[in-house]
Amino acid sequence: MTTGIPQPASARQDLRIGIDVGGTNTDAVALDTSSTPVAKAKVATTIDITSGIRRALGEVLANPRVDATRVGHIMLGTTHATNAVLQRRDLRRVAVIRIGAPASVAVRPMFGWPEDLHQHVSVGSRIVRGGVELNGSDGVPFDADEVTRFCEEIAGKAEAVAISSVFAPVSPRHELLARDIVRRELGDIPLSLSHEIASLGLLERENATIINAALGHVARKIVAAIEDALASFDLDHVVPYFTQNDGTLMSLDFTERTPVLTIGSGPANSLRGAAFLSDLSDALVIDIGGTSTDVGALVQSFPRESTFGVEVGGVATNFRMPDLVSIAIGGGTIVRRAEDGTVQLGPQSVGHDLLHCALTFGGDTPTLTDAAAVEGRARIGDRIPPDTSASLLREALSRSDHELAEAVDRVKVARGDVPLVAVGGGSVLLPDALPGVSKIVRPDDYDVANAIGAAIGTVSGQVDQIVEIGAGTGGRARVIEVARQAAIDNAVAAGAEPSAVEIVDIDEIPLTYLREPAIRLRVKAAGPLSNV
Amino acid sequence: MMEKLGNPEQGVWLREMIEREIGRPVTALMPVEIGGSNALLSVIWAVHAGLPVLDADGMGRALPEVQMVSMNVAGTPATPAVAVDEHGRELVFQDMDAVWLEHASRAAVVALGGFFALVDYVLTGAQARRAAIKGSVARALRIGQVLADAPRDRIRALLDHLDGRVVITGKVSDIERQTTGGLVRGQALIDGVGADRDRLVRVEIQNENLVALEEGHVLASVPDIITLLDTQTGDVIFTDTVRYGQRVTLVALPSPDIWRTPEGLAVAGPRAFGYDFDYEPLEACLPSSASEVAL
Repeated sequence: MTTGIPQPASARQDLRIGIDVGGTNTDAVALDTSSTPVAKAKVATTIDITSGIRRALGEVLANPRVDATRVGHIMLGTTHATNAVLQRRDLRRVAVIRIGAPASVAVRPMFGWPEDLHQHVSVGSRIVRGGVELNGSDGVPFDADEVTRFCEEIAGKAEAVAISSVFAPVSPRHELLARDIVRRELGDIPLSLSHEIASLGLLERENATIINAALGHVARKIVAAIEDALASFDLDHVVPYFTQNDGTLMSLDFTERTPVLTIGSGPANSLRGAAFLSDLSDALVIDIGGTSTDVGALVQSFPRESTFGVEVGGVATNFRMPDLVSIAIGGGTIVRRAEDGTVQLGPQSVGHDLLHCALTFGGDTPTLTDAAAVEGRARIGDRIPPDTSASLLREALSRSDHELAEAVDRVKVARGDVPLVAVGGGSVLLPDALPGVSKIVRPDDYDVANAIGAAIGTVSGQVDQIVEIGAGTGGRARVIEVARQAAIDNAVAAGAEPSAVEIVDIDEIPLTYLREPAIRLRVKAAGPLSNV
Repeated sequence: MMEKLGNPEQGVWLREMIEREIGRPVTALMPVEIGGSNALLSVIWAVHAGLPVLDADGMGRALPEVQMVSMNVAGTPATPAVAVDEHGRELVFQDMDAVWLEHASRAAVVALGGFFALVDYVLTGAQARRAAIKGSVARALRIGQVLADAPRDRIRALLDHLDGRVVITGKVSDIERQTTGGLVRGQALIDGVGADRDRLVRVEIQNENLVALEEGHVLASVPDIITLLDTQTGDVIFTDTVRYGQRVTLVALPSPDIWRTPEGLAVAGPRAFGYDFDYEPLEACLPSSASEVAL
């Protein structure tokens, strides 16, 4: 402050750091105000995840072009939550309340969950009377006494409570009443309410809500991990965000409440990064990593969302996720000849041991990277694979080409050729032309597209509701206009710059067996962070 | 069904209501429709009502309207009929023919919030023998077994078991749906892939897939069963879950015999759905091996 005039902090904090944790590598990148990468790092993902993040962050900060005091924001996409569910680790014990008797008692809560996950998570469930009708009116009165009794039974046993009510996305009224009772009876026990987590479809929404409640401890840990990392690098002034599975950002506060939304953020980051690097807003994206390949589609620069439920750790859920085709092909995929003479691709991969194991690096494991090297697609390593492996590698690459082409075609939504953006460290595997693809774009910095996707994250707001479009409501156009404004308001409330928020997606589905013509309407708005 | 999962007590209530109406005990429950969720719900309600499930149904497939049942073709009365929602709110329909019951029950289901359980076409044992499509439940179970046992190509196993034909293998390139009068109407376009490249088939939808057309020619139509399957998994793709880009195999399966009679066609043939053409059995429209069409 020698000038005597304090500079606004934001004027000098013109760098952002994006970090993305993948199955094989943890990538980090620093971007300046023009979103040009000024430093990048790629380190092996560690079992504890957190130390890999610290190493990647440390490498970026060690770059002379990165002045730590100029870093304003850090955006992190992490697999902590996914791994916790898959490995059944660090999960909270959850009590489940469904408000839906008598309309929704035919299937009990957590039916169909894998037995071990059920045992790890559940401390009991209760279906109580209540829930609203499609139009938001009370179906039956909410049974507050039964919720009180259930609270007495689970006191001391439950570490979190998940509450879901019938048609909560239309009106969360009964969920809020139940929340107040649980607060009164059990104090500040962590709570997950279904209307904050997912959309229509009671069983899948309830499952996502229970998983979210179970992840409460993991959420605390990832928030603490990023805060620790920032403190240890003297980055206390930096505002951290986590990326969600729709490619947008959430604050630490929000992450603690809805950790389940970090599941699937990795592919979303890749898609967003590919859009940015290629300058294409509508295209297919292929992300070839060390172990697997994801193919998705960009619609107006955002990942196209799956309209179907997705399974998380064997549980059916319905929260938004990028619509992906994933196959077990990556740069480290091990190739071998089976006993019947056919060539087998993976699914095993040498992962980040590629630099020791692959033939081109002097190892003795034939991989798809070796195949790409032999065919001249990649200049990598310093050894030439022995001639004895040549036919195996050539056949393997042709199988891989076929499977990648098939995966790309499965993601296409319309006739005609479309551009394909290739990102990820393994994208050297990709041939120069594919059927149905107009051109293959291979941007610079393709190997850290996911970290770039995290760094350029925007904030979004969404509306997902059933609305009547009859004469009394002013018709379809009026209803959609109301929903557009609500989505924009939600995005601004989440931190988006009001002047730059745009509607990025509108999806309407007509419904059957209803009195008034009605549609399920999903509208999404997004914009850049208002304080960047 | 997205939010309201149903209440098993509805089975108990249905039994009590219909016994009150007809003044006799009920001995068995029969699914009206073996296709779709009606088949499973019948089993759930029968279990809770303490009744056996009759190995028969009224459609031998899925059809969208109440009058499109074999009991109607056989001339058995549709009413008395009873309906109950998940709260136990009861409705009784009297002195209506099948088409009136269709109008009245559809209006009622809408008024009750979109979901109820309905019992209609009360049959004696003798009537059931004459008017129902026998063996439907066992047939459904066998299809499940064939699919479960199929080592890899589930679609081929299904077609062999049911003497079905592939109409086209492709990708959904367009889907359009509107809701009118409690029914979903629309169409899906399927773009051929592989051996079917350069073919384009249109499927017209009214809750079920009604007709498959290619360049103005009918490849398959009601009452034959037209079903979209996921090419990879062999799973059924329902008319309300069809979406752009899905890899699908459109198959046609022969209709139960009753629908191929003049009386059956009058109720559930192409003209009953407003089409201006006569039904041709799929055996005449499609050669036995659909892959030959493509070559």
